[in-house]
Formats: sequence, structure tokens, C-alpha cells
Amino acid sequence: MGEAITFWVLAVVSVSAALGLVFSRKAVYSALMLGVVMLSLAVLYAVQGAPFLAAVQIIVYTGAVMMLFLFVLMLVGVDSSDSLVETIKGQRVWGAVAGLGFAVLLALAVGNTMFAPAAGLDGATRQAGGNVPALAELVFTRYVFAFEVTSALLITAALGAMVLAHRERVRPKATQRDLARARFLGPQPSPLPGPGTYALHNAIDMPALLPDGTVAPTSINRVLARHDGEYGVAPTDPEKAAMIKKIIAQDVVVKNGSAGGSANGAARNGVATETPAGTGPSTTSEASGPAESAGAPAGGHGRPAGHGQSGHGQGAYGPAGYGPGGRAAVNGTLPGGATGAGPGEGPKEGPAEGTADREDGK
Amino acid sequence: MESPAEIIQHSGGVIGVSWLMIALPLLGAAILLLGGRRTDRWGHRLAIGMSVTAFLIAVISFFELLGLPEDERRRAIALYRFIPGMADMGVLIDPLSISFALLITGVGSLIHIYSIGYMAHDPDRRRFFSYLNLFVAAMLLLVLADNYVGLFIGWEGVGLASYLLIGFWQFKPSAATAAKKAFIVNRVGDFGLLIAIFTVWTGFGSVAFDKLSGTAVGEALKTGQVSQGSLTAIGLLLLLGACGKSAQLPLQSWLLDAMEGPTPVSALIHAATMVTAGVYLVVRSGGFFEAAPTAQLVVTIVGVVTLLAGAIIGCAKDDIKKGLAGSTMSQIGYMMLAAGLGPVGYAFAIAHLITHGFFKANMFLGAGSVMHAMNDEVDMRRYGGLYPVMKVTAITFIIGYLAIIGFPLLSGYFTKDGIIEAAMEHSSVLGWLAVLGAGITGFYMSRMIFMTFFGGRRWADDAHPHESPSVMTVPLIVLSVGSVFLGAFLILGNRLMLFLAPAVGRPEELPAFHAFSGPGLATLVLVAAGAAFAWVRYGAAEVPLVAPRGSFLTAFARRDLYGDALNEALFMRPGQWLTRIAVFFDNRGIDGLVNGLAAAIGGTSGRLRRVQTGYVRSYALSILFGAAVVVGALLYVGNM
Amino acid sequence: MTTHYLVLSALLFAIGAVGVLSRRNAIVVFMCVELMLNACNLAFVTFARQHGNLDGQLIAFFVMVVAAAEVVIGLAIIVMIFRTRRSASVDDANLLKY
Repeated sequence: MGEAITFWVLAVVSVSAALGLVFSRKAVYSALMLGVVMLSLAVLYAVQGAPFLAAVQIIVYTGAVMMLFLFVLMLVGVDSSDSLVETIKGQRVWGAVAGLGFAVLLALAVGNTMFAPAAGLDGATRQAGGNVPALAELVFTRYVFAFEVTSALLITAALGAMVLAHRERVRPKATQRDLARARFLGPQPSPLPGPGTYALHNAIDMPALLPDGTVAPTSINRVLARHDGEYGVAPTDPEKAAMIKKIIAQDVVVKNGSAGGSANGAARNGVATETPAGTGPSTTSEASGPAESAGAPAGGHGRPAGHGQSGHGQGAYGPAGYGPGGRAAVNGTLPGGATGAGPGEGPKEGPAEGTADREDGK
Repeated sequence: MESPAEIIQHSGGVIGVSWLMIALPLLGAAILLLGGRRTDRWGHRLAIGMSVTAFLIAVISFFELLGLPEDERRRAIALYRFIPGMADMGVLIDPLSISFALLITGVGSLIHIYSIGYMAHDPDRRRFFSYLNLFVAAMLLLVLADNYVGLFIGWEGVGLASYLLIGFWQFKPSAATAAKKAFIVNRVGDFGLLIAIFTVWTGFGSVAFDKLSGTAVGEALKTGQVSQGSLTAIGLLLLLGACGKSAQLPLQSWLLDAMEGPTPVSALIHAATMVTAGVYLVVRSGGFFEAAPTAQLVVTIVGVVTLLAGAIIGCAKDDIKKGLAGSTMSQIGYMMLAAGLGPVGYAFAIAHLITHGFFKANMFLGAGSVMHAMNDEVDMRRYGGLYPVMKVTAITFIIGYLAIIGFPLLSGYFTKDGIIEAAMEHSSVLGWLAVLGAGITGFYMSRMIFMTFFGGRRWADDAHPHESPSVMTVPLIVLSVGSVFLGAFLILGNRLMLFLAPAVGRPEELPAFHAFSGPGLATLVLVAAGAAFAWVRYGAAEVPLVAPRGSFLTAFARRDLYGDALNEALFMRPGQWLTRIAVFFDNRGIDGLVNGLAAAIGGTSGRLRRVQTGYVRSYALSILFGAAVVVGALLYVGNM
Repeated sequence: MTTHYLVLSALLFAIGAVGVLSRRNAIVVFMCVELMLNACNLAFVTFARQHGNLDGQLIAFFVMVVAAAEVVIGLAIIVMIFRTRRSASVDDANLLKY
């Protein structure tokens, strides 16, 4: 009876979570849904006399694999092309038909089969003294060869991942001197203006005001601007709204121009990269680290170019005397919870992205 | 009538190595062809040496044969097994074959020698001599082989040599075309010969001459082994082969064009030897013809028609070589006529063949000598009055002329008269037609003599005629001597007939030679009339430089009796239409089917490849469908 | 009772398959694949229980190992593709076609 209740509850949960995984628009939600399914399945394993597997499921899948997924999601960002509009003709209809047919067929097959009452695992585990010892015995006796081969597989996978993720450095690493030079050759030697020094709102989506009271275009965070645009949230200030519209239009032009490679984009990114290093002391760049790590999930909805942009934004804020904690608190309210990927990411990723873009630009 | 003697296997003596007659010229040809330019300097001497050696072997074999008792004069020399169970390669030395061998090697050697002078300035002289040697070898194989398969190989060999030599100056389109024409027309005849050999093989189970003598054929007919019909068929098919090779109607059209070849070739192949192979074939196959009277009758008819046709063509030609070629056709017609008369005529046919070989070769070489002197001019209307400048050529030519028209006591007189009398005895119609032919011969040969050697000089401006070198005139003299005496030697006392008897049999009653018999007198009168008419037209009167239009008959003769037009209308045009239809069918039908199939497959795959969209998800969809089908199939099978 | 588990497994598998077919984000597609693998694992565990021996559980264990390796490599490939193409959509990588 207890098992039946558990099953029905978890079955409903896991099926709805699976549906959620398929139908949710945001990849992060999908990942979370997958986590739910995996946890439910872990419980079901445990119920079915497989405690070891349940543990492994939670540790390996929910712990490691899911984290990897989220990590790569952070890295890759959320692609705006991930809309739910189907592009291949008939794919969705036929996919649904095939999936439904498959499920019905399998269910029919299972339903048509007469099962004897389950044998249970007591007999199998009693002799070895429990599930784990029984599994261990099997692994190291009958399946020892498969086990050894598995080790080879894992090593190969590790090597493969390293080879695939590695990138050759094709030019010497930029020194501080090079960066400073590039910065002063660029269109913006000085740090970009922070968001409204005398603003009423201490928020990243608040643009800076110029001495004459107008909005400074360079201070508008593009990722947030576009985010606002996508969600139809327009600022109440008409001047600011017009500015945001203009910037979004600019971004669209840049995006359509080439893979993030127009002169405009390159110049912008060039400024972005050099800013954190160019501001000098290592303490500053450390200070910008956590700030940026918080910014990354905030910009997670945007395109990768937004990374460089947000990095630049943070770099500019640092020297301006803003406490990183405050912004982190603000950004922490955004979904993501990338706590694990935290501090290391900013300094590493900002320049990396920057160089990539600069290469593309040239 | 007496049938031929048995064939006896022979070894030892010169007859035992008589196969060298074939082998030596063949070796010479091989050396000259394979040796290439290295043999340029001495090649012609080697070729002449080979030819003369073959002649010597032939002479010695001849005397050795004469030394044997009369009924042992058929000697076979087995060489090797050729086609097991069908034909062994062997040489047959008997009076018939040795007569031909003497003619071929003798005249052949003389023409080899003559060619040294004639081809002296040709850069390809070595090649010419190698072809000549090849021809001699093939012709000897033809006459010396002891079975039909060997004969056929020689037959094709001379066809090849003829093709190569007619087209020797292949840079001239006319020569290349003429060579092709000769080859193709000969193919028709060769086809007939080939089928005749097949029929013989089916009917008699052998192609060896000693199994196919007149007695053997008669016995096979009596026992019902072969029917009369198939014998007639064999005879007619053999005649078709003979017609092709000997330029008899209806396969005569190639011979006139064949004059495009060098003159020695015309003399050797297209006058003296190769074109007489048909006569040899008919005589050698006498057993069949004697058992098939219908075939024999057709042979005589073909002979008479050709003799008249050739004579008429000869009357109208202004090209000296073509005139001679028409004459050759006509004379071979006489031989065919004689060969169709059975054993009575065989000896006359062979005798006329031999004497014709001499006087016609003589005249061809004479014509060559004239052309040599006149810058290769062949139009007789540009000759005239050549007698004083080239006396040797003119006199030898005139001797040949007198021989061919049957001037009393010269060669042609005896042999042609013999044929006419034999024909007269057989059927008076044939006889009188042959007499008429002789009269026409008197006209056109006289015309040739008057236009060439007498009358006014109508030379081209740059012509400086001169006598030819002795290397050319000596053969002329030798041949003219043969033209004078050979006829009397062969015919008087039935010398040739008795000599040939072991090979071809002989009539029970030997014909006696009547000087100035009725038909003979008529012939002489007609010939004289023809010569006189020619004198009036071409000797006494001025010959116009450009041929007048002439009567309908002249035009008819000039255009070779419309033989080419007929061939064109009957064979070429329908053939062309057939080809066009075949091409159309090939293009539209077969190619259409094949290309259509290919296009259909191409189009289908072109559409089908659109399935490869490159979208992983499409592929995944098809995989899922497949998996569903598999599950469904498993369920279905499990529930059955 | 095992029937229920198997039907649940089939359902999850089919949902995963539909996800693979309909989603374009390579990472989400990958997640759907993982879902299908998990559904299989559930079936294995259920059959182990049905037949009363541990082989099914062991196979499920190996499946997890292989899945982990697969995820590592797959994600690395996705990252690399993203680096060069600036896109994580499986539809953008469609050069291998007619």
C-alpha cells in the first residue's frame, strides 16, 4: 500500500516534470525539471529494492551531470533562437504522432503481458548480506571485464573533453601595456559612466544621466534593455524608452551584420575587455570578480555578446566606488542560483570572450 | 572422260620442301615490314631474291614432277595439323598448282625487277616490295594449299595484299577509296566462298581436295549423301567467290578503280595473277561443277556476259590502264567460259590464263613505261606518236597487242581460238558471242595502239618522253617473248591438256587444233574489221584532246555499263536508309530507353536526396518511426 | 505492480523522445536524451525486481556510467560548436546534407 501511494505520487510528479522539461521555454527550467524527474526516479529505485542505485542516481545524475548541464548553460548562454516556433515542416505533428504511437505500443506490449508476481530481490541479496555487497560481488566477478572496460571509457571521455574544450593560443598573451595602448586608441579611453550617480534607483537597469540631465547612451546595459524589450516592459521615462529602442535597433543591425563582427561591435568589445585590466590594481579586478559573476546570470537571457557587455559594465562600476555586495544582492533575486560557478568565472571569462570577439572582429 | 589421279603423300626432293615457296616471300615481307627503315637500302634486293628463289624452287619442282610417271604426278606434303578433324595444313604439288606457281613466281619475279626502276623515286619503295612479297606468298598459298581452308587463307591474303597495294598511295583520296571498294566488293565474293566451304564440310565431312575429286562427288551423289540441290548451291557459291576475285559480273566494279595502284601492281595482281584465282577455283572445284550442270551453265553465262561487258568498257576508256583493265575483265571472261565447259575447257582456260598472264603483264608494264615517260599521264588523248621515241616499249607492247587480238601464230591466237571452238561445240550461241567479243577486242586494242604510239603528238607541254631504263625494258622483252611462243607451245599437240590431266582429268577425245576453221576464220575477219575501224577512227583521223560526248552506247561504256550506278541504287542507298533507320532507332529507341531510365533514376534520386535535410531532428524522427514499427512488428508476431 | 513501473518507464521514454524531436536547443535535446536513459534505467530496475536477480540493477549502473561519459563529451562538443558557430541550435548545424 505504501509503495502504491509512493508510486502514484511520484509517477504523477515525474511525468509532469518530464512534460515540463519538454515544454518549458527556458533551458534552465528544463534543467530543473530534469532534476525533479531524476530525484523521483531515485526514490522509485529505492522503493524497488535498489538503494545503491538510488544513491548513485542522486550523486551522479542529480549532483554531477545536472551541474554540468547548468554549467554549460551558463557558458553558452540562452540562445534567443530557442523560440518555440517550429521551423521544420510537420516535424512537431509527426514527432507527436510517433512519440504517442510509440508510447501506446509499449504500453500495449506491457499491458498484454501476463506477469508473474514479482520475485523480489530478497533471495538475491540475502546471501551476500545486503544490496551493496551483492552488487559488488557481481561487479567484481561476472561483470569484471565490463567494469574494467568502463574505466577505459571514462579515461577516454576525460581526455576527449579536454581535447575538445582546449583552444590553442594563436597570438601572444596581451600585456598590460598592449591593453592600455588599445584602450587609448579606442573610442572610449575613460571608464564608461555608471548608472545614474544621483539616480533615485540603485539598479543596473538605470542609465546614467549626463550633466545636462539627458540619458548617457553608453551607460545602458544592452542585455537588460533587450530583456525589457522582449518582455514588453518599457521604462516610464519616454526619453529613456526612446534611447533603449534605439540601442536595441542598433544591436539588431549588429547581429544581422555578421556573427557579432561589425566594427561597432568589435570596438565595443575591445573597450569591454581592456577595462578591467586597464583599471590597474589587482584588487580592483578581484573586486569586479564576484560582481561579474552575479552579472552573468543576469545577462544569462541575453546573447553571449552580452557577457562582454556586462563584464564591461561591472568593470566600469568597480572604480566608481560601488559596493559589489549591493549589486550582488540586487542580481541575486534573478533566477539562476549559479552559486557553485561563482567567483572564478568573471575574471576568466570576461577576457576570454573579449579576445574571441576581437579575433572575430578582425 | 578420264578422272584425275590419286594424291600420293610425298617427302624428299625439292617437292618435299616446296613449302619454302610460300615461306620465303613471307619471310621477306616480315623482315621488310618489321625491319623498318633499316632495310630501306637493301630491302628491294632481298624481296627480289626471295621471289626469284621461289621461282627456282617452282622450276625444279616442275621438272621433278615431270620426271614422275604420269599417274603419280599429284604429290601432297603434309605440314602440320591445322584445325583438328577438319583441315590439316599441307601443300599439294600437281600439274595444275605447279603451272600457277610457275606463272606467279615467274611473272612475279619479272615485275619485282621492273619495280626497281618504276618505284626508284618513291620514298616508300621498301614497303612496296614487302607488300609484293606478301602478295606472292599469299597467292602461292592459295594455289598450293591442299584443302579449301588453306586456299581460303591464301584467298584472304591476296585480298589483303591487293587492298594494301591499291591503296599504296593512300594520300590520294581516289586510291584510298578504290582500295576500300576493292576490299568490300571482294568481301561479297569471299562470303560466298566461305559459305561454299561450310556447305562442302557439312555435305562431305572434309575440305581436302583429295576427298573431293569428281569420283568422290559422284559417289556421294549416288549414295544420297549430298543432294543435287546442295551441289548446285556449292557450285553457285564457289562461282560467287570466283566472281568477286576475278571481277566477273556482277562483282566487276572494283577492278577498274583498282588501277589507282602503282602500275606494277596492276600488272601483277590485277592482270596476271590474282584476278585469275577465280578461274583456278572453278577448275580446282571441277568435281562439283561437273556434277552440277546448272552451276556450270551459270559459269559459262557469267563468262560470256563479262567478256562482252569488259570489251565494251574497254572501247570507251581514255585512261590507258582502265582500258587494259576492261580488257582483263574480258579475257578472264573467256577463261571463265572455258572453265564452265568442263574438262574440255580446263586446259584452254589455264592455257589462256598463262598466256594472258604474259601478254597482259607485258602490256601493263608497257603502259607503265609510257606513263613513266609521260610524267604519269594516263590519258591516251595526251599520247600519240610515241613509237619513234620509245621503240623497245612500243615493240613489246605491239607484240602483246597482236597476241591478245589473236594474230595468227601468236599466243592469243591458239588459246582464244581453242576456247571459241570448245564453246562453239558446246553451244553455238556461246560460241558466236565469244567470236563477237574477239572482234570488239580487235577494235579497242587497236584503238589503244593507234592513240598511244601512232598519229600526231598530243603531248602536254612539259612532257619529254624517253625510253625507260633497262631494268624496266628487260622484263618487257622477256614477257613479250612469252607472249609470242607460249600459246603455240601449250596448245599444239595438246601439251598442256595432257600435262594437266592427272590434276583435272581430260576429255575422252582430245580436241585437234584446226588452223583456220570456220569460227577461227570468222574471228579473224571480225578482228580485222575491228582493227580497221579503229584505224579509221583513231589512226587516220585526228584524235580530239577532249573526249567528244559520243553516242548513248559510248556514255554507257564510259560509265562502266552503269555498274556503279546500279550498285549505288540497289545496295548503297537502301543500305544508307537502313543505317539511318538503325541510327534513328538507336538514338531514339535504345538510347532513349537507356537515357530515359538513367534520367528517371537521376530525377528520382534528385528528389529523394531532399530527404537528407541535414536536420538531426528529422533523422531522429525517422529513427523513432523505425523503432515504433519494430515494436509493432514484434507485438504482431508475438500475438500470432 | 511491476506493470505500472514499466508503463511509467515507457511514458517517460516517449516524452523524452518527443522532446528530442521538438526542441532545438542542443542542451535541452541532451537533457531529453538523459530522460530517455533514465526511463530505460527504471525499466531495468523493475525487471531486476521482477526476475529476482541483480543483473538488471547492474546494467542500470553501467548505463549511468556510460551516460556520464556521454554527457561530458556531448557537452564539450556543444561548447565547441557554440564557440565556432555562436549558436547552440541543432538546426544550425545542418551542413551535412544534399
